[in-house]
Amino acid sequence: MTSAPQGSTGPGSHDGSPAGATAAGTAQPAAGGAPAPEMDLAEAIHQVEAEEQEVRPPAAGPLSNVLVAVAVIVLGVAALVGSSALGLGSARSPDSGTFPLLVSALLVLLGLGLVAAARRTEDAERFTGASWLVAAGLATMVGFVAVIGVIGFEIPAALLAFVWLRFLGHESWRSSVLISLGVVAAFYLVFVVALSVPIPHLF
Amino acid sequence: MDLAPVIDGFGVVLEPTNLLYCLIGVVIGMLIGVLPGLGPAATIAILLPVTFGIEPVTAIIMLSGIFYGAQYGGTITSVLLRLPGEASSVVTVFDGHALARQGKAGTALGIAAIGSFVGGTVSIIVLSLVAPLVASFALDFGPPEYTALALLGILLVSTVSSGDRLKAVIAACVGLLLATVGRDGFTGAERFTFGNLQLADGLDFVPIAMGLFGLGEILYNLEERHRSVQAPAVVANVWPSRADLRQSSGAIGRGSVIGFLLGILPGGGATLASLAAYAVEKKRAKHPERFGQGAVEGVAAPETANNAAATSSFIPLLTLGIPANATMAVIFGALLIQGVSPGPQLVTQEPELFWGVVNSMYIGNILLLIMSIPLVGLFVRILRVRATVLAPITVLITLIGVYTVNNSVFDIMLVIVFGALGYLMKKLGFDPGPLVLAFVLGSLLEDSLRRSLLIFDGDPTQFFTRPISGVLLVVFLLVALLPPVRAALRRRRAATRTPDTTPKELV
Repeated sequence: MTSAPQGSTGPGSHDGSPAGATAAGTAQPAAGGAPAPEMDLAEAIHQVEAEEQEVRPPAAGPLSNVLVAVAVIVLGVAALVGSSALGLGSARSPDSGTFPLLVSALLVLLGLGLVAAARRTEDAERFTGASWLVAAGLATMVGFVAVIGVIGFEIPAALLAFVWLRFLGHESWRSSVLISLGVVAAFYLVFVVALSVPIPHLF
Repeated sequence: MDLAPVIDGFGVVLEPTNLLYCLIGVVIGMLIGVLPGLGPAATIAILLPVTFGIEPVTAIIMLSGIFYGAQYGGTITSVLLRLPGEASSVVTVFDGHALARQGKAGTALGIAAIGSFVGGTVSIIVLSLVAPLVASFALDFGPPEYTALALLGILLVSTVSSGDRLKAVIAACVGLLLATVGRDGFTGAERFTFGNLQLADGLDFVPIAMGLFGLGEILYNLEERHRSVQAPAVVANVWPSRADLRQSSGAIGRGSVIGFLLGILPGGGATLASLAAYAVEKKRAKHPERFGQGAVEGVAAPETANNAAATSSFIPLLTLGIPANATMAVIFGALLIQGVSPGPQLVTQEPELFWGVVNSMYIGNILLLIMSIPLVGLFVRILRVRATVLAPITVLITLIGVYTVNNSVFDIMLVIVFGALGYLMKKLGFDPGPLVLAFVLGSLLEDSLRRSLLIFDGDPTQFFTRPISGVLLVVFLLVALLPPVRAALRRRRAATRTPDTTPKELV
């Protein structure tokens, strides 16, 4: 199906091709994890990615994997209920609910599959202390949208930039103040003065 | 082949505005390629509001410039810092960084730039020859063919995406559900709007793409997961020697072919192509042990391939209307916003757009070659800009930008909601790419499915009696069913603990 090298993994140490039908998992890690001088390509890539994300949080436990799967199932069931209310129709005369019904049924099935795979799942990350930074970042955005209609974009934008620079990014007080003011000034010049976009503004 | 529209296309590209936007596009692409954090899909999504005020062809020229420009830029950090700016440059790290440690960073960057240029150019030429043929073949596709094509496209993108296959398909299903929100085109019934007037016309593509790709990625990076970057000193002598060029010419040639072919496949794309090209070179080499120690071919092959693939991944979008990867899904959205529906009619009905965009890639690649060889020092200096400073600026561009599309505060709320969703998805191992792609293709899929069922009088087996839809659906079933079966078999084998020294690769 592809012109990719379909290397049958020989008994030696040659790398399995990462291409083909499955991008990951073609090369099975050898039982003995000895750091061979010639590393498997897939492993080497993993290593680079791991290095890039040195401080990647640990994998989430099975409980949170199950919770995620349950959330998927709940979404699927809710959509199932919603689509049946829309009129299911039939194969001969599909109605508004037919397609959503098929998709949400599939979603429920896949969610069940996720439950079954919960013990083996390792790609979900645990929420750590650093996740609070994300919550704080989201909070600044919610604050921004809450007041922009009332007091215009300048003050909330400056505050958002300042919080991100000083508290989320650990820049110095001085550069945080200067950059956030500069950014808002630049936005004002571009959006209000130059492009006259009807964005709510105070001044 | 009729050459007149091709030449007219050059006329379109050479208009000063288009040249300018091409330059802007490739410079932005190069920048975000260098800066770790935002990828091309995120950047293009964030810049969607900018494209509203400009001509369709100009907009797409700029957006595609960002896409292939990022492939060039990603090389720089891979070589200098052992830190791939883009996923498609991961393999370049091995030999590129080894060369840099030997003081030959310039050689690596130079050979990568030349390879990228050759790969990109070869790919554009073949694209120009192949795309009109594919489009004319696809002209008499009916709803059943489109149903099958959309299904296969979504599935391939989900299965080849990074991360868990099951989760990717779940993300795609959520995307399909989101696409049904709003008024049903057939019956006029309101679906999943919860009485909200803002949702009656359906969810907009812009806040979804900006939120999931843009804000999601920024929030994800807030967790301080990147190493702090120290820009290296000057890079001297970027021109590779004649011996280096001779040594890597084969790799560049093979990389172009591999890249082109893998790029066309939905879900293939630049990352897969670079991996495959590297593996091929290593397998062919007389001294494979040189790879990882600073072999020029190890830089030339993947860099050539990722550029060739980036270019050829435009083929399914421009000829069939099926985006081959996440970035193409965003460009698909951009075209829809401009009132252009990509599909087989594009070549004949919008020749200026089609050939304008395709031919702009020649110019873009020349510009990138210039920027990568003499001006590389400039881009190295960009590395000193801290991500902590860029993040709030990008957030504000996103929040204000999404507002300017419809002058709607509701859209800002949507973008924040989808930003949070994008963060959670990345955190929990769901790739947002399939969601966006499925969202984009959702209405096409539903429409063609419903039309097909009407044509077939409710008999779905007739999908298999039409040759093209039949073949596509058989491939669909194979892709869908084979991997889970194989995984189950493998697990069973592992459970019974049969000492299996030579694991066989099926397929």
